Amino acid sequence: MADMTLRQWLLTDTPTSRRHAKLSALYQGWLAFRSNTMAMIGLGILLLLVFIAAAAPLLAPHDPFVQNLGNRLAPLGSEGHLLGTDSLGRDILSRLIYGARITLYIVALVALIAPVVGLLVGTVSGYVGGWVDIVLMRITDIFLAFPRLVLALAFVAALGAGIENAVIAISLTAWPPYARIARAETLTIRSSDYIAAIKLQGAGGLRIITKHIWPLCISSLIVRVTLDMAGIILAAAGLGFLGLGAQPPSPEWGAMISEGRRFILDHWWVATMPGLAIFTVSLAFNLLGDGLRDVLDPKAGE
Amino acid sequence: MSMLNIEGLNVWFGRDRDRVDAVKGASFDVGTGESFGLVGESGSGKSTILRAITGLAPTWSGRITVDGRAVEKARPRAFYKQVQMVFQDPYASLHPRHSVDAVLAETLKLHGFTDIDARVAKLLDDVGLGQKFRFRYPHQLSGGQRQRVAIARALAPEPQLLLLDEPTSALDVSVQAEILNLLADLRQGHGLTFLMVSHDLSVVGHMCDRLAVMKDGEIVEVMDVAALRAMKATHPYSQHLLQASV
Repeated sequence: MADMTLRQWLLTDTPTSRRHAKLSALYQGWLAFRSNTMAMIGLGILLLLVFIAAAAPLLAPHDPFVQNLGNRLAPLGSEGHLLGTDSLGRDILSRLIYGARITLYIVALVALIAPVVGLLVGTVSGYVGGWVDIVLMRITDIFLAFPRLVLALAFVAALGAGIENAVIAISLTAWPPYARIARAETLTIRSSDYIAAIKLQGAGGLRIITKHIWPLCISSLIVRVTLDMAGIILAAAGLGFLGLGAQPPSPEWGAMISEGRRFILDHWWVATMPGLAIFTVSLAFNLLGDGLRDVLDPKAGE
Repeated sequence: MSMLNIEGLNVWFGRDRDRVDAVKGASFDVGTGESFGLVGESGSGKSTILRAITGLAPTWSGRITVDGRAVEKARPRAFYKQVQMVFQDPYASLHPRHSVDAVLAETLKLHGFTDIDARVAKLLDDVGLGQKFRFRYPHQLSGGQRQRVAIARALAPEPQLLLLDEPTSALDVSVQAEILNLLADLRQGHGLTFLMVSHDLSVVGHMCDRLAVMKDGEIVEVMDVAALRAMKATHPYSQHLLQASV
């Protein structure tokens, strides 16, 4: 065993311990993921985004909040302002870099709230069935019946403008599709033989849902969440654009577009640069989601 | 002494106009240590009887008695310590994300065993798999190996009655014989009682002492294997079945 390389150890067909088996499965997933170039590009962009957000004070050439009215609307590549300045003379590049933090914050919070709620509602609804299923699914239908942004607008209007409320509003409108997916998966899983087999060991509903159904639902939810992330960023940007998300002078990308809109004909870069940032990150999430679907889909892994 | 007694068992699915009667008034008796076969064509209700015994088919009436105790609708965990089942398709009966170790350890834990590590190792030896398969996932196993894992899982609670739902029909012919021999050995070694469903008369002839022939949800004849071998069926349908299998 000593002359085994780490790679061989990870790729073995005969794992020798629980940890070994887990690591081996993880490594094989990573190998499958790595062979997908587009997904790796998406992952690279997102890692870069995380790095930029973490190192924002070191990377930003200027303070994103300092105004300089003498140098407003400077064009691309002007001295000291690579991406120009906005209507108040603030450096656009620095604002984009700090804006990455807000974007990640929104994405992380929504990704924590919406799929978890959807998973809970969907699996309980699918597994328990009966009137529980009917009640939960009708509630889901009510949420689905509203256009997403309009519902988010209503929530923000009720809760008050601000980034946290925007996140809550987006999460509240984002969970129903996850609940639907989780329920559909649960319906196919719950009638399978391996669920019947664990029932024959006297396992209760809670154990079956959390230990046997969740692990199989989670992968398709992760894929769906990454594919939806683009939409979530756009919804957050949309709320920012409408003035209901992040409030000035916060450098949120959607709010920056909103500010730049007034000058879009004469000073196009003010709105375009944050637009490009949103586009890049949304695209990265889509690419990542596509790659993850190939790796995580249990039906394809057979 | 009978291990399993079934009297006037009816099983149905759906209700009112959609109601389908899968089993109608089935009665038979399986002695302790006996191996009893249920044969019939697909759709004759033989698997449904197994599912009714285990509680997987909840709508039934009649009397089911296991080891002298009547079975209630809600089965306590002690019931599953006594009665276990091996499913037909080993590709569908193992959780795709659980390793062999996880499957067996969870089963043992649910039945309140504490020396789980030692028991998992022993179960794997019992079904002829050995320790190197312990941490594999189902997709790393062949059909026969998967069925051995499923058998190990059914043996884990140390049951007295093992229900076998066509345990070899999804397997290659060469693997079928191995699994059947394993089951025969285990029955001797553990003193098990078998109730085995099959549409293959030669499998039943090899494995069972007595058998019941089913048609359209009813048991048409109960005979012993000697009669089967001598082709001495009394009911016309059983005769037809015998003729077809020669």
